[in-house]
Amino acid sequence: MSDKDFPPPVKYLDDRLGIGKIGKKNLRKVFPDHWSFMLGEIALYSFIILILTGIFLTFWFKPSMGDVQYQGSYSLLKGLHMSEAYASTLDISFDVRGGLLMRQIHHWAAVLFIAAMMVHLLRIFFTGAFRKPRELNWVIGFTMLFLGIIEGFIGYGLPDDLLSGTGLRITQGMIGASPVIGTYLNFFIFGGEFPGDDMVPRFFTVHVLLIPGLILALVTVHLFLVVYHKHTQYPGPGRTEKNVVGYPLMPVYMAKAGGFFFVVFGITALMGALLQINPVWLYGPYNPAEVTAGSQPDWYMGWLEGSVRIMPGFESHFWGITLSWNLIIPALLIPPAFVTLVALYPFIEEWITGDKREHHLLDRPRNMPTRTGIGAAFITFYGLLWVGGGNDLIATHFGVSLNNVTWFLRFAVFLGPVLAFWLTRRIAISLQRADNDRILHGLETGVIMRLPHGEYIEKHTPIGTYEAYELTARERKLPLEIGPETDDNGVRAPRRALNKVRAALSRFYFADSVQKPTQDEIEEAHAHGHGPGDEHEELTETETFHEVTKH
Amino acid sequence: MSEKRLSLSPARFLSARRRHRSAGLVVLLFGLLAVGSAYAAFAPDNAVADNSAQSQQIEEGKKLFAVGCASCHGLNAEGGGTGEGKMAGPSLIGVGAAAVDFQVGTGRMPAQQPGAQMPRKPPVYTQAEIEALAAYVASLAPGPAVPAEEAYDVSKATDEQVTRGGELFRTNCTACHNFAGKGGALPNGRYAPSLMGVDPKHAYEAMLTGPQQMPVFSDQVLQPEDKRDVIAYLNALQEQKDPGGFGLGRLGPVSEGLWGWLVGIGALVCVAIWIGAKGVKAKGAKAE
Repeated sequence: MSDKDFPPPVKYLDDRLGIGKIGKKNLRKVFPDHWSFMLGEIALYSFIILILTGIFLTFWFKPSMGDVQYQGSYSLLKGLHMSEAYASTLDISFDVRGGLLMRQIHHWAAVLFIAAMMVHLLRIFFTGAFRKPRELNWVIGFTMLFLGIIEGFIGYGLPDDLLSGTGLRITQGMIGASPVIGTYLNFFIFGGEFPGDDMVPRFFTVHVLLIPGLILALVTVHLFLVVYHKHTQYPGPGRTEKNVVGYPLMPVYMAKAGGFFFVVFGITALMGALLQINPVWLYGPYNPAEVTAGSQPDWYMGWLEGSVRIMPGFESHFWGITLSWNLIIPALLIPPAFVTLVALYPFIEEWITGDKREHHLLDRPRNMPTRTGIGAAFITFYGLLWVGGGNDLIATHFGVSLNNVTWFLRFAVFLGPVLAFWLTRRIAISLQRADNDRILHGLETGVIMRLPHGEYIEKHTPIGTYEAYELTARERKLPLEIGPETDDNGVRAPRRALNKVRAALSRFYFADSVQKPTQDEIEEAHAHGHGPGDEHEELTETETFHEVTKH
Repeated sequence: MSEKRLSLSPARFLSARRRHRSAGLVVLLFGLLAVGSAYAAFAPDNAVADNSAQSQQIEEGKKLFAVGCASCHGLNAEGGGTGEGKMAGPSLIGVGAAAVDFQVGTGRMPAQQPGAQMPRKPPVYTQAEIEALAAYVASLAPGPAVPAEEAYDVSKATDEQVTRGGELFRTNCTACHNFAGKGGALPNGRYAPSLMGVDPKHAYEAMLTGPQQMPVFSDQVLQPEDKRDVIAYLNALQEQKDPGGFGLGRLGPVSEGLWGWLVGIGALVCVAIWIGAKGVKAKGAKAE
């Protein structure tokens, strides 16, 4: 296309920056349409809101632990000695025009930012969007989630109120529980004995410069990779691994995404205006001698809090050393192990399935019953630890004993994920069977017919071709076969033990999964399905791998 | 021999034994008897005159106690057993009038049923009955008295006093009762109750007597003016409107997280579904 097509302002810029070509290609970029593809957008928009409100807050926040006497307009704390950080937070809340609103929008946006990242992660997980070529983008996204949580927690610690100080004190305890290096690490992080004078200024720099910078860089790479890989899509008529079916960025997604940004901003602003969050003035200035009931971190650290809360108080002492297992296990071993497992999941699954091909069509969660079950187990494990973080409020609000809640969770955290895995996997397999039933026998119309010889039958109508396409646009997945022990020349196959493990895991993934019907089966079913008095039982139903290998 | 002695005249009898080794003791006993009788003859008259109303109140309290309290606390408030070696109600000897006024005045006593902790409920007895019960229990042994009204009157509290009360509140009370006095959980089904809507007198008595799970904050630990300042702060907390909007129960980050997920993410996902459902059907799809 020649440049005469550009309107004058674009032509001006194109002549100087060459944006015309880039724009023409990318503005027409096609994205598929589905609500679940917009969850990551919520995270992106919350991040933009965080930056905007955060800049406002830095104009008045004083990141200093210098002692001042509060003389602002909140009378219940007037005359008290406190850090400049806390005093300036009170000033933002009560004496800066719009300050409290900005603080609350900032905090709600932080709550939503991390929640949206997590919901987005779940969508990616359950649809298999992390498969090749997107594994690295999964890791980038996961890193952003991790950084976002750290960022949020440090932000929670900045106002230097009683709640944030208590939270940092707990963190200091957890770090201190690391064998050998704990004390040194604490002195390194806090610049001496806790709380010291360095905490707030250090955390401020990390909070407003270091981590937001990293997240911003990663967002850029993340989105660049989305454009480079092209967006994934759900299976459907005309959708293949080699195309993207949807609408162009300009004008459809410009409008949709732009509009959605304003909706996210609007909802966050409404929450900031109507729902009080982190009322620092009620907590009072931080004083290590004080503590309050209901001291909890913001929600995303809740599972870590719960992990520590439900841990029995084990400790061992030898050679004058104390090992606090009650902190090492729940705070230093389990959370890193869990997040590492989540971060590496795409690579683990790829190794087990041996699938090195590119995937641009998404899985329906039911078609990967084991993966979906694992996801449900992860959610249950996380959720139960999260519940543990609020065990006191559960006890008071549901009128149960705190100890009973804790003891329940101590067992549930192990049994719950197993139960969730099993249940979810069974449901997924049943849904697969239901799908096959629809393909082979069609829809139950609810019309009952009486045949001349007295038999009653229900009429079935075949499903539409669009739906049939959607239901069958998936691969038959079979477990990995490992070859014979030795080859023709009697040489043992290499890595025999490892491959056996891999084959066992692969059977665990695919052996019970219901395969889609073959062409013959469909034709046979349709040929037979129309005659009255036809007995469906005689048809060979498509079996799972397990059922096939049994007979 | 005895006949001979009995035949002696009384004067001679006394005179003969005046150097007996018990003589001093006998004289002392006579003396004490005389003084005691004289005291009994004069002093009690005044006391009875002053305390007739009080003793009547004690008597009335004793009767109420026998009906409403004795089944658990014992007929003489000595504490009761269930017959299985378990304590049904503790001994009330020495708990003082303040404890009775708090427990009965907040409806915690009489207890509805045994349990981890007695909840606050509408009081069963009238103020006069509560006073009678308190007088009876106070008559058993000395204990903290019901505070005078000026002790917990916070209508004239200055800003400094309220601020000071806040510091005392955060140091002594928030660990169980939460930063906004909303209460919190304690082990085994027990809890620190919410302090919202508590009568200042009852708050004062709770600090003074340490009811149920609460430790005693005696006048040596929290001096009367400290207690009054704490009450002043509580009062200010309760009257304070939440400047940031709906307070979410002033329970801390747990309720904030719940609202963030249910309302925030909930609403945003609904909007995403709505936008996703608004297709641009006519334009046709373009494959890339």
